Amino acid sequence: MTAIYFITAFLIAILLLANRNNALNRVLIILFGLIQTGFTFYACYNYKSSSLVYFTFDSLGILLLMTLTVITIPALLHSYLYIERHSETPASKAIYYAALVSLITSVTAAYLANHIAVIWIFTEMTTLSASMLIYHHRNKLALEGTWKYVFICAISITFVFIGILFLSLSLRSSGTNDLSFANLMAYKDHLNPFWLRLAFLFIFTGFTAKLGLVPMYTAGIDAKDIAPAPAGALLASVLMNMGFVAIFRFYAIIANTSLYNWANLIVIIAALLSIFVATVYMTKVLNIKRMFAYSGIEHMGIVMLGVAAGGVGYYAAVLHIILHALVKSSLFFQFNQLYRTFQSKSIEHAGNYFKYNPAGAIVILFGFISATAMPPSGMFVSEFLIFRSLFEGGHIIILLVVLLLLTIVIWAFGKNTLKILFLPVAGIDESIIPKISPWESLSQYVLLLTAVWLGLNPPLAFVELLKDAVKILPN
Amino acid sequence: MTNVLLIIFIISLFYVSIANRLITYVRVLALQGFILFGVTFMQLNDIETWNLVLIMLETIVFKAIAVPLFLGYLIKRNKITRVAEPYLSNFMSLIIVTAIVVITVVLANSIQDPLLNKIFFIVSLSTLFTGLYFIASRKKIITHVMGYLMIENGVFVLSLAAGNEMPNLVNLGIMLDVFASVMILGIFFNKIGDVFKDADVDQLTDMKDY
Repeated sequence: MTAIYFITAFLIAILLLANRNNALNRVLIILFGLIQTGFTFYACYNYKSSSLVYFTFDSLGILLLMTLTVITIPALLHSYLYIERHSETPASKAIYYAALVSLITSVTAAYLANHIAVIWIFTEMTTLSASMLIYHHRNKLALEGTWKYVFICAISITFVFIGILFLSLSLRSSGTNDLSFANLMAYKDHLNPFWLRLAFLFIFTGFTAKLGLVPMYTAGIDAKDIAPAPAGALLASVLMNMGFVAIFRFYAIIANTSLYNWANLIVIIAALLSIFVATVYMTKVLNIKRMFAYSGIEHMGIVMLGVAAGGVGYYAAVLHIILHALVKSSLFFQFNQLYRTFQSKSIEHAGNYFKYNPAGAIVILFGFISATAMPPSGMFVSEFLIFRSLFEGGHIIILLVVLLLLTIVIWAFGKNTLKILFLPVAGIDESIIPKISPWESLSQYVLLLTAVWLGLNPPLAFVELLKDAVKILPN
Repeated sequence: MTNVLLIIFIISLFYVSIANRLITYVRVLALQGFILFGVTFMQLNDIETWNLVLIMLETIVFKAIAVPLFLGYLIKRNKITRVAEPYLSNFMSLIIVTAIVVITVVLANSIQDPLLNKIFFIVSLSTLFTGLYFIASRKKIITHVMGYLMIENGVFVLSLAAGNEMPNLVNLGIMLDVFASVMILGIFFNKIGDVFKDADVDQLTDMKDY
């Protein structure tokens, strides 16, 4: 079944690339949505089983795969709306859809992979497909964004590869050379700590490009800004989750060795710096998409703090990353309607959005409340748990610094969002503002309400999956 | 013999650090490709023949011939000025690269691991950091690409050190080479040459937060 999924998705991508017929295009996109959903159900029914040697349907993989599929459907829908509205050439349309399909497929594969080299290969695939999405508009700015993204991702993927080489050196004396996570876990006491340290440094640094942490976060910011918003929604949610999966799976092995405290220190440094950087940029930023992207950096920092703090923090971190994906993607989906209203990405040119598109304005307001983790947002619960784990872990000073920075983030985010929603802009020509159907905001409501539901009243099966996902970590 | 080749590899780093012309960079990359071909032939004697042939084909065809030729073609086609335009003087460059090599030697000597193949470790790590230094200190986009290719060569050396036990890792490294280089060089640099006439990084500053 896994093989069928990959082959069909691959064929669909090829067909989308070759096809110039609109009707067939629609059929193929709907078909891909169905296959993605079907595969998710298949993965749930075959919980804990392995497939094609390198893929395991474990708890973390299934949780994130479900998140991915929930976001994929509106992403396909909004992409369709986006493409239809712009007079695209058939070629650029074909490339866009093919890249979207291959991005979603490779992210799926990376979630489920149980071997570090397989995750690495699919990370590379995501770089390829994401760069095609970023380059969609084919102007100077798109070229600049794509170039930076490709170059930084190429360097970070090389770093990960060096990390894998060091990991193989670290495994050498144990007499085995299988780099799957299960095998690494089995031989965790035989890993040479020196090489393991180097491996962790390089692999962590490399995957921060996808996760969005200091030092490699810059590539992601540019990508989310330049890519069309429906693609940006995927880059800002599921692709970041892919970086998390890779780091988390490797971290789980390190956490069970003598390097536990050292690895936590590295993670805390990167996470704190990320929150700091995000705060600084949030107060300065005037580009709405980049503001959303920096808010993502801040959340990834919080997630990694939860991982480093341990205890209930593990559970909260996985919960937080799922809720963040739902909330952030809905904000990006909404961005397109905002852009159509004001014809600008700048906060300075946007204002009084409630007057022009009340349904969309409520999404922005609700998304803001969710992203800043105020109740009733589900992220309130996860963020609260992460703070509690920091407190219980004795990281009081870190907690205070983070709280201070988050206050500044909320101030900056709030100031900008409320300006977009309520303050009228001078000199705006209201006659050219298009009427936007409230139905286009429906999917965003669904995503945001799902985030509330999962945070405040999670179903039992979901909690069990979360608990199982963090079971391998020490308490 | 492997050691001699690897030492020539290190010397090529010093040479490129004081080179002025872009074409010298290209030639050094080609030379490194040939050196890697030789090292592969001598180092990987435990692996299957077809795999060895594949790896050697990659080094000789891809690293030593195709990429340098293509780089030369790009320089001509995009009429890139032939000077590397470093931010720092050649003398400083030489000192920095020397410092990098010395530090990696000291680091390698401090490692107590009988399984460690020291010279491979030193060569790959110093190539990695030298490549990063080139990326940071050169103005042109194409010199960034060359720095990246140099990093890939360094990584390839490291993968050879573990190559006998895990040939799959060398194959992965080849995948990285082909994927990333084709991506960066091929489709893309053509476009950059068309759109950005000088192809300096100074031109890549349009994306802003405000």
